[in-house]
Amino acid sequence: MMRFLLLFSRQGRLRLQKWFTPMMDREKKKIIRDMTTMVLSRQPRTCNFMQWKDLKIIYKRYASLYFCLAIESQENELLALEVIHRYVELLDKYFGNVCELDIIFNFEKAYFILDEFLMGGEIQETSKQIVNRSIDASDMLQETLEEYMSKPAF
Amino acid sequence: MSMSPSVPLQEMIRAIRSARTQCEERGVIQRECAAIRAQFRQADNGGRSHNLAKLLYVHMLGYPAHFGQMECVRMIASSRYSEKRVGYLGAMMLLDEKQDASLLITNSIKNDLSHSNQYVQSLALCTLACMGSAEMCRDLAPEIDRLLRASNSYIKKKAALCAVHIVRKVHELGELFAPAARSLLSEKNHGVLHGAVVLITELCERSSESLERFRKTVPDLVQIMKGLVISGYSPEHDVAGISDPFLQVRLLRLLRILGRNNETASDAMNDLLAQVATNTDSTKTVGNAVLYETVLTVLDIKSESGLRVLAVNILGRFLLNNDRNIRYIAMTSLQKIVGTDHNAVQRHRGTIVDCLKDQDASVKRRALDLSLALVSASNIRSMMKELLLFLSSCPPELRSQAANGIFTAAERYAPSKRWHIDTILHVLITAGGDVRDETVPNLIQLITNTSELHCYTVHKLYRALLSDISQQSLVQVACWCIGEYGDLLLRGDCQEVEPMQVCEDDVLDALETVLQSHMSSTATRGFALTATMKLSTRITDNVDRIRSIVSIYGSCIDLELQQRAVEYNALFKKYDHMRYAKKDSTHFCCCGVILFCSVNSFAFNVILGFMLLLTITFVSAPTAPTVTVYEKDGVTLTIVCEKQSDSAMTVTLTGFNSSDCDVSSFTLQAAVPKSVQLHMKAPSGDSLPAGGAAKVTQVVLLNNPNKVRLQNRQMLFIYLVCRGSTVQETVQVDSFPGL
Repeated sequence: MMRFLLLFSRQGRLRLQKWFTPMMDREKKKIIRDMTTMVLSRQPRTCNFMQWKDLKIIYKRYASLYFCLAIESQENELLALEVIHRYVELLDKYFGNVCELDIIFNFEKAYFILDEFLMGGEIQETSKQIVNRSIDASDMLQETLEEYMSKPAF
Repeated sequence: MSMSPSVPLQEMIRAIRSARTQCEERGVIQRECAAIRAQFRQADNGGRSHNLAKLLYVHMLGYPAHFGQMECVRMIASSRYSEKRVGYLGAMMLLDEKQDASLLITNSIKNDLSHSNQYVQSLALCTLACMGSAEMCRDLAPEIDRLLRASNSYIKKKAALCAVHIVRKVHELGELFAPAARSLLSEKNHGVLHGAVVLITELCERSSESLERFRKTVPDLVQIMKGLVISGYSPEHDVAGISDPFLQVRLLRLLRILGRNNETASDAMNDLLAQVATNTDSTKTVGNAVLYETVLTVLDIKSESGLRVLAVNILGRFLLNNDRNIRYIAMTSLQKIVGTDHNAVQRHRGTIVDCLKDQDASVKRRALDLSLALVSASNIRSMMKELLLFLSSCPPELRSQAANGIFTAAERYAPSKRWHIDTILHVLITAGGDVRDETVPNLIQLITNTSELHCYTVHKLYRALLSDISQQSLVQVACWCIGEYGDLLLRGDCQEVEPMQVCEDDVLDALETVLQSHMSSTATRGFALTATMKLSTRITDNVDRIRSIVSIYGSCIDLELQQRAVEYNALFKKYDHMRYAKKDSTHFCCCGVILFCSVNSFAFNVILGFMLLLTITFVSAPTAPTVTVYEKDGVTLTIVCEKQSDSAMTVTLTGFNSSDCDVSSFTLQAAVPKSVQLHMKAPSGDSLPAGGAAKVTQVVLLNNPNKVRLQNRQMLFIYLVCRGSTVQETVQVDSFPGL
């Protein structure tokens, strides 16, 4: 399974953090520090895989953002690169030529999209179109408020 | 109480980002958090989701946000979808299963799982799969099972992954989901299929009964996979010409688990694997991802040999790929099979060795691991050339591994002793600072045992010392060698090296340079001082110089060196008149016997080097009593001297260990001045187990043909080198009875 996904800028500012196993806040902060240090100090033209403790770290840079995905040792690294790429494509489709600012100002949307693509550390939906359609439908639902709600709160 | 109107999320983000300093940012955030807190306390004002979202943003910047936890609980229970959405997101970010607040949302999740709207159900499922505690999982498992069976594919695929999470948390619940998982394999929807395959994989990894049961699905899995591989273009799932690579990889992984250790299952998937391996387009990463998974599966199941060769060849092709990611994973895979499919991997040795020169540090590291694993008796010479070349230019973080790997390989496959010594010297010269501590005593042992090369070795080491005294291990060995075989060095002639006239002053210059250099560690200085001292028994013209060097160190700041120098000085003073007595006389002659033994203690992880400076006298005696010459921390060394003739004597050394810790690699060495011949017989062993379970004995034959009578007084010097620190002991034995 995947253990965590981090998005951060070239200055090391965190833009998104998704944790697929329960962890203390202190641990999360340490991991974020370790990952940003490790990834940002990588030379250009080196491979996108690193070993960190018992996990494999797959990272890729898209424009000004680094995508950093940690997977367990039995997972397929090349596929992990495809997972990152798929997420970028989904963001791109949603925001239209996505850039870091979109993710900063609409971070909750970035999470919603992620939550339609991955779940519990596994891939949830392999079709781009279905993910996009689900997000659009959810957004529509949000705008139409109570009409769809049949159950009272408590 | 009137509060300032809440600032929409994006305005707040803008405000935070425009702060010019950390301090300013903190100020903005404090104000915002105060406002958010106040808003939480207020009644519903339609802006609740904005407030929580703001808090989540602040949390992501690293600021505390725990006061938002209860708000998440409230929002999740709301009837508004927008609030539920942010509430669940907040729960996933701020709550974890360890907190009490997470229990409070169990009821909401339960309700939302059976909500009439699938997007609400989806929120609940997602949150459960993300942070469901074991109790929540137990509580909600039946509901998840129901959803696995009777819902639309949108919900089914999420329920499947929820089930995966539940099984991970509460293993026994796997039983519950097995039937549903089985029937999901007949679904057409890829999302559901993928979830089903992940769930079945999880079940099989956790229970052998499940594994047995699901093996029966192999034909179905093969069919599904075939459908993906040979199907036409499917726009919904196509990635660069591969139809749903994510599903293909998961299917291959499940097949791997089912085919492992099972001939029948492996047979059933053989053709499919061959087909995937041959037909998958390898021009893009995504195709290579599928090929990679295929190779891993082939190599892990009981596949037929033709298929295995095909798989290894794919890895070989990967090694030549321009994409360094592909080269990297090829090497990690080859590393895994280098033990089982050694010959197949050997065929690609050339390419692997070339990867030692790759720009990428990760690829280099893998190439090193693999190259070391591929060294054999038949390729040792050519491989060592490459490895030594690598060592001279490799990144610093790999030097230690490379040096130690080279030593191991050299030890195993050295075609000749001289090659072995040359190789070790080469490594010490190139990377002496990165080798393990045992290297020095091990090399000393090797040199000692290679008596035919003593002359060659001391000449080479002397020259190495002249050019560079910064590598401590090299300098230590060189000093030891010079002290031991200095006479061979001074003699000048040695066939295998260029002739070089070395005079006593040159040698002492070299040792003094080491002593005085700021680069030399304490241990190294110890070696140099000892070597200088040893030379006093081998040279004739410069004893005064040696005395002055030694006496200088008598006032050295370093305690160990000072102590050693003082003892050596004393030796000089006591036996000065004997030192110069070369011709037979009725007076005394000092026979300096220097014993060097190394002790390796398991429990303390300590390497002790003893240096005993024994002076033994030849005096006839009727009986030969045992004398304890060293006793510390439970380890004892005793000697028994027996005169064999008026010029020959045997000394039996016995080591004994009564401490609680085992002592291993206990070895003794000796050196004597020119006039006395010494022959050390093989020791009985090299380990001293704790509690005195066994002893080590070694016999030393001394022959004094010049028949000079020796004095009846002796001194004992013990030199201990502990790993990381030098310990020196001096024991004075006033009499040596029996002699």
